[in-house]
Amino acid sequence: MEKQSSKQMLNDILKRHYEDAQKAKAEGRPVVWSTSIAPQELLEAMDLTVVYPENHAAAIGARKDAPRFIENAESEGYSADICSYARVNMGYANIKHSDAADIPMPDLLFCCSNICYTAIKWYENLSKQLNVPLIMIDCPYNYSYSVTPAAVAYIKAQLLDAIGKLEEFTGRKMDWDRLREVMRISNETAMWWKKATDLAMAKPAPVSGFDLFNYMATIVCVRGKQEGTELFKRWYEELEERKAKGLGPWDNAEEKYRILWDGIACWPYLATTYKILKKNGINMVTSTYPESWTLLYELSDLAGMAKAYGSIYASLSMEYANDRIVTRARNFQIDGALFHSNRSCKGMDFKQYEFQRQLESELGIPSTIFDGDQTDPSVFSEAQYETRVQALVEMMEERKQREAMK
Amino acid sequence: MKAAELIQALSDAGRTPKQTILRSIQESGKRPVGCFPIYLPEEIIYAAGLLPVGLWGGKTSMTEVDRYIQGFCCSIMRADMELALRGAYNFLEAIVIPTYCDSMKSLLANWGIAVKTPKTLAYIIPQNRYSSGSLDFILYQNEALRTSLSEITGRPITEADLEDAFQLYEQYRAAMRRFVAMVNDYPVSLNPVNRHLVMKAAWFMDKKVYTEKLNTLMDALLKEPKETETGPRVIPTGLMVEPVKLLEAFRENHFVFVEDDLAQESRQFRTPSRTTGTVMEKLAYRLMDLRGDTFFYEENKSRGSRLIEAVKQHKADGVVVCMYKFCDPEEFDYPIYKKELEEAHVPILYLEIDPQMDSVEQLRTRIQSFAEMLNK
Ligand code: SF4
Repeated sequence: MEKQSSKQMLNDILKRHYEDAQKAKAEGRPVVWSTSIAPQELLEAMDLTVVYPENHAAAIGARKDAPRFIENAESEGYSADICSYARVNMGYANIKHSDAADIPMPDLLFCCSNICYTAIKWYENLSKQLNVPLIMIDCPYNYSYSVTPAAVAYIKAQLLDAIGKLEEFTGRKMDWDRLREVMRISNETAMWWKKATDLAMAKPAPVSGFDLFNYMATIVCVRGKQEGTELFKRWYEELEERKAKGLGPWDNAEEKYRILWDGIACWPYLATTYKILKKNGINMVTSTYPESWTLLYELSDLAGMAKAYGSIYASLSMEYANDRIVTRARNFQIDGALFHSNRSCKGMDFKQYEFQRQLESELGIPSTIFDGDQTDPSVFSEAQYETRVQALVEMMEERKQREAMK
Repeated sequence: MKAAELIQALSDAGRTPKQTILRSIQESGKRPVGCFPIYLPEEIIYAAGLLPVGLWGGKTSMTEVDRYIQGFCCSIMRADMELALRGAYNFLEAIVIPTYCDSMKSLLANWGIAVKTPKTLAYIIPQNRYSSGSLDFILYQNEALRTSLSEITGRPITEADLEDAFQLYEQYRAAMRRFVAMVNDYPVSLNPVNRHLVMKAAWFMDKKVYTEKLNTLMDALLKEPKETETGPRVIPTGLMVEPVKLLEAFRENHFVFVEDDLAQESRQFRTPSRTTGTVMEKLAYRLMDLRGDTFFYEENKSRGSRLIEAVKQHKADGVVVCMYKFCDPEEFDYPIYKKELEEAHVPILYLEIDPQMDSVEQLRTRIQSFAEMLNK
């Protein structure tokens, strides 16, 4: 039998992911709604069916179906200034259907604040409105280069609390062997995710970075499953093969410029944003936040896991975030950076100006910033995007010429 | 002195933060430490022999901050950063910045590299107050703050220092609660403007001096005949009510703030302290026991039911929502308690506020119509 391509695997996995959730609901099994970088290991080990509202909202956004959910949420009093994933999801909790995909209503909510504090308020509201229990794992901010021991202890205590609550919720005891196994799988998946995405360091990159956005949906929902490991391993092999052949991202165009993309995708305009880059020979080879799923830790105890979840860059000092983006820029040999000033995500946005300065001062890398939103189509302007990308191309070209003179 | 003069004096102090702080420094001989919104264990700063003062933004043009933070961040954070970048806070010994929301966390991240003076001390708050690890985490933060402050003053903060500071703050909180309640008997003297400014003064004065003054004021007021006011009796909810021009619109329409659910006011002192444990533990529990507050995660959030309870208790006519633009936590709370209030038939006046706004005319009209709608 011919090996399935990773693209096919990805599509199958996502399809099954949503179908399984519906099936679970229909059969009376509980469904959990979880944030995207939560310790899903605990849920998986408890054999719970999980869906991810952020993924779902992104899918709705990509289908350009977000406005009616957003309007619904705003009619309930949600401000247009809050994260549009939350607005879409709040609207979905009322409307309950989108052609993009459907998710069953939750029986349990699982929120980890390492992505943002916005998620806490969002899930707190879901819990109140739907009258569903919520397990909240808070990962505090660290005003330091690495996570503090106090934060690790606090997160670990919450992981233990969460296990207790899950036992109560399911009426079953945690199977610690199974948990260890899920932790192992999760680490392995994360490792293949990293290995695959790191292949874009090659010049030309054997992958079009926008694929990263598509594959990201799966790293969110199958990190703790064997099929996740297999998917990313397969993707890695494919890319490795392309790399060995010296193939770039596209068959019909050349990779002229390599850029880093900061921020979440502009889902409603995914094709537009992609095409304008491609037209200019720009390949997005890396991005700042997909690395957040490279969650690797010691399997021996929960402290390692607590530390990993508490260490994503949103929770660490600017020095850390700066070093990280500069290192990334270096490793991926980027020529420029494109910052999505995403009206939804203040936590990510409010570091962008400093990132721009760092790339410029440390590496002389030019960048530009454009306005958009991850699901609300009303913020993005194609004309502005195109002009900014043009400007970036000019700056990158100038830099290339300067470098060539050296 | 007559009550009116005492009220005037404290209102003036609240109206002019910088002058009041400078006077407090002079009178107390203490070095000032800036306290960011929203909740901080000020007692530890006080125990260090330093003067905690509040930094609640203020009207300013914004130029410097635009190099760090986009315009869609709450203007209190932006104003504070702008002022720091311009050196307006250089007279402070240190600034303590907590982490209540994403904007504050991002601000702190930028602050760390952009603002060199004064010294920045982070106070990391836990959002989960229900875990077996929550108390330890706060205690760790408290001790870290204690150590940093000792380094600044060059002397240790003893348990006795903490105990004294805590007792003083208990007296201060009791006085504040009494003051909030007194508005119901003296709604003209303690109209929304005076009420706010008198309480605001506390942020810029030595709490010992302030508490004495406030108690004297209240004692003097008690000697005067009770007053009545004709306008709507309301409970403002939100971060705070400012600018003063906005409060003036409430006063002109004879509103009475029968109680408040504001982060800058009652949420600071309405929670009773625990009576057992060390001071550091009691301080931790002050944060952990606070309920109905936007800025902490709360299981089965109780803000709506608390507001309804308060409306009943005071026979209030409605709730005034003071929504600061770009305040995510507040914006998230609103749809939930709005629904609860509507179900309980509590009238709501929703005001979107930007402290940088030049004119409050639109809001004034809304306030007036609300009063008319209530037939007052
Ligand atoms: S987009 Fe940003 S604000 Fe919204 S849930 Fe994700 S991290 Fe939080």
